[in-house]
Amino acid sequence: MTATTPDALEGLEPAAAPAGRIRAFLTDLWSDKAGFFGMLFLTILLLLAVFAPLIVPYDPGAQSLTDRLQPPAWTAEGTSAHILGTDNLGRDVLSRLIMGARISMLVGFAVVAIAGSVGVVAGLIAGYRGGKIDAVIMRIVDTQVAFPGLLLALIILTVIGPSATTVIIVLSINGWMVYARVTRGAVLSVKERGYVEAAELVGAKSRRVIFRHILPGLTAPLLTLVILEFARIILAEAALSFLGLGIQPPQTSWGLDVAIGRDYIFNSWWLVTFPGIAIALTVLSANMVASWLRIRTNPLARAKRFAETSIQEGDL
Amino acid sequence: MGRFALQRVLQGLVVIVGVTIVVFVVTRLIGDPVALMLPLEATAEERAAFAGALGLDEPIIVQFFEFVRGAVRLDFGESLWQGRPAFEIILEVLPRTVMLVLAGLGLAFVLAVPVGIFAARRPGSWVDRSLVGGSLLGLSVPQFWLGLMLILLFGVTLKWLPTSGSGTFLHLVLPALTLALPAFGRLTMMVRSSMIDELHAAYIETARAKGMPEWRTVFVHAFRNASNPVATLTGWELIRAIAGYSVVVETVFAWPGIGFMAIQAIQQQDLILLQAIVFVVAVIVVIVNLALDFVYKLIDPRIQFV
Repeated sequence: MTATTPDALEGLEPAAAPAGRIRAFLTDLWSDKAGFFGMLFLTILLLLAVFAPLIVPYDPGAQSLTDRLQPPAWTAEGTSAHILGTDNLGRDVLSRLIMGARISMLVGFAVVAIAGSVGVVAGLIAGYRGGKIDAVIMRIVDTQVAFPGLLLALIILTVIGPSATTVIIVLSINGWMVYARVTRGAVLSVKERGYVEAAELVGAKSRRVIFRHILPGLTAPLLTLVILEFARIILAEAALSFLGLGIQPPQTSWGLDVAIGRDYIFNSWWLVTFPGIAIALTVLSANMVASWLRIRTNPLARAKRFAETSIQEGDL
Repeated sequence: MGRFALQRVLQGLVVIVGVTIVVFVVTRLIGDPVALMLPLEATAEERAAFAGALGLDEPIIVQFFEFVRGAVRLDFGESLWQGRPAFEIILEVLPRTVMLVLAGLGLAFVLAVPVGIFAARRPGSWVDRSLVGGSLLGLSVPQFWLGLMLILLFGVTLKWLPTSGSGTFLHLVLPALTLALPAFGRLTMMVRSSMIDELHAAYIETARAKGMPEWRTVFVHAFRNASNPVATLTGWELIRAIAGYSVVVETVFAWPGIGFMAIQAIQQQDLILLQAIVFVVAVIVVIVNLALDFVYKLIDPRIQFV
């Protein structure tokens, strides 16, 4: 229902062919500029992350003591050899940013995949079966939501030892509950629909009903949640790495680079600034894409965001 | 009412016991507390003596009940790093965290309510759009980095404010601001969206039609009804600030509160202090949660206790 411009309507017509579908999708995305640029940035970032070793101008770990703490190219003392300057060990900041994108993306995707599958399955079972198993699962969710998650994460990371793997495990343990809640809520609202009852009546097994008939109906809310969680995980990984409990050298991470730059904040502003901008742009892009997706799949949310005259229609 | 209260208290106890079990499983079963706390070169005799002194050679169940027995008497053992009772250290640093959280969230709340209402009165206007955009940006900026950027601006470039430590009111400004900004973004959005809902409700039309002053219609009638989700989010922010954000913000500004103390305990490999901090924070979170349930009820009498 978001297709209000003539362009978008044209794009929607040949929806049957895959090429037409993609065009419709892009036209719709283009009509929300923030969402479009968010998606564009994330796509570029993903490509950078995948092809990082081929793209980086320097080895992100290569030290060069004669080139240490060089400011960005456009400042008075900067050189064009290092566009974003160098750090305390003479490593190229831009190369480290590109490599850092890899870790952020890896942790983000891995945690969303693990926590998402566990949470969605738990939510599907709780919502579809109901009764005792629902009560047990939701009680676990409620209890864990009330946990001081970050502090427990810190203890686990201290005991097991910080690394990319432990960060993924810890953030997954902390993040599955929200999927369970959202999925369960959505299942409860879908369960009584005619097509689900019809599937049950013709004797479909409950596993088939859950995965073939209920799950596809939950794609829209879950996709929005996944993108929002992806943004949250990127922030969490950065914070853990900043605290020294996440990614460890010689691996690079944006949060780790901010922590390094913190010691040089009084003389070398660029070291803390650029990795932080990278994190903020990534998270902002994800948030904008999620916001577009929510509006696209739920017309009521649109009225609320760009409420001009249409708000009464939605409300009354 | 009584049954509700009892049920909630029991739920809180489950959380506290759950947290304690997790801490024990992680530190005693998955990890080796002796290896973690002693230096690498410690001899086998030293390790055995250390384990014996702290009761770490007992079965884990015995250790667990020893911890619980101590915890109910607020005795968590002595911090290895500082050589004094862990609870004494916590009592010393906790007020500073409370001060920081109250200052930061107080600021966020006091600003978010009028700004959110203002935006909700003219949805779609340029003011509203820039507020929505600004909040989205505020939510996307990592909090530790926000703190460092404030240090860069007010501490390094302008030299107006101290960048670390505590003691004077000026020391509080930057950490409180760092804590406040993301919360301000979230709260403003919540006030805005629930006010948009209320301002289009029929009872507001009625109030306007009978000539009620606009300020009364907006601030008393609409906001009273819009305040429920806002209160829930404020409570959520409060808990998140105590049990999460304070760790990061306090570390950035070396603000000597309980979050910074947790990070220092980790750096000093002081498991005794760390588990005491986690336990105390879990108890605080449970108590705040309980208190909030009753605050929501006060704000919105429609909430039924069952």
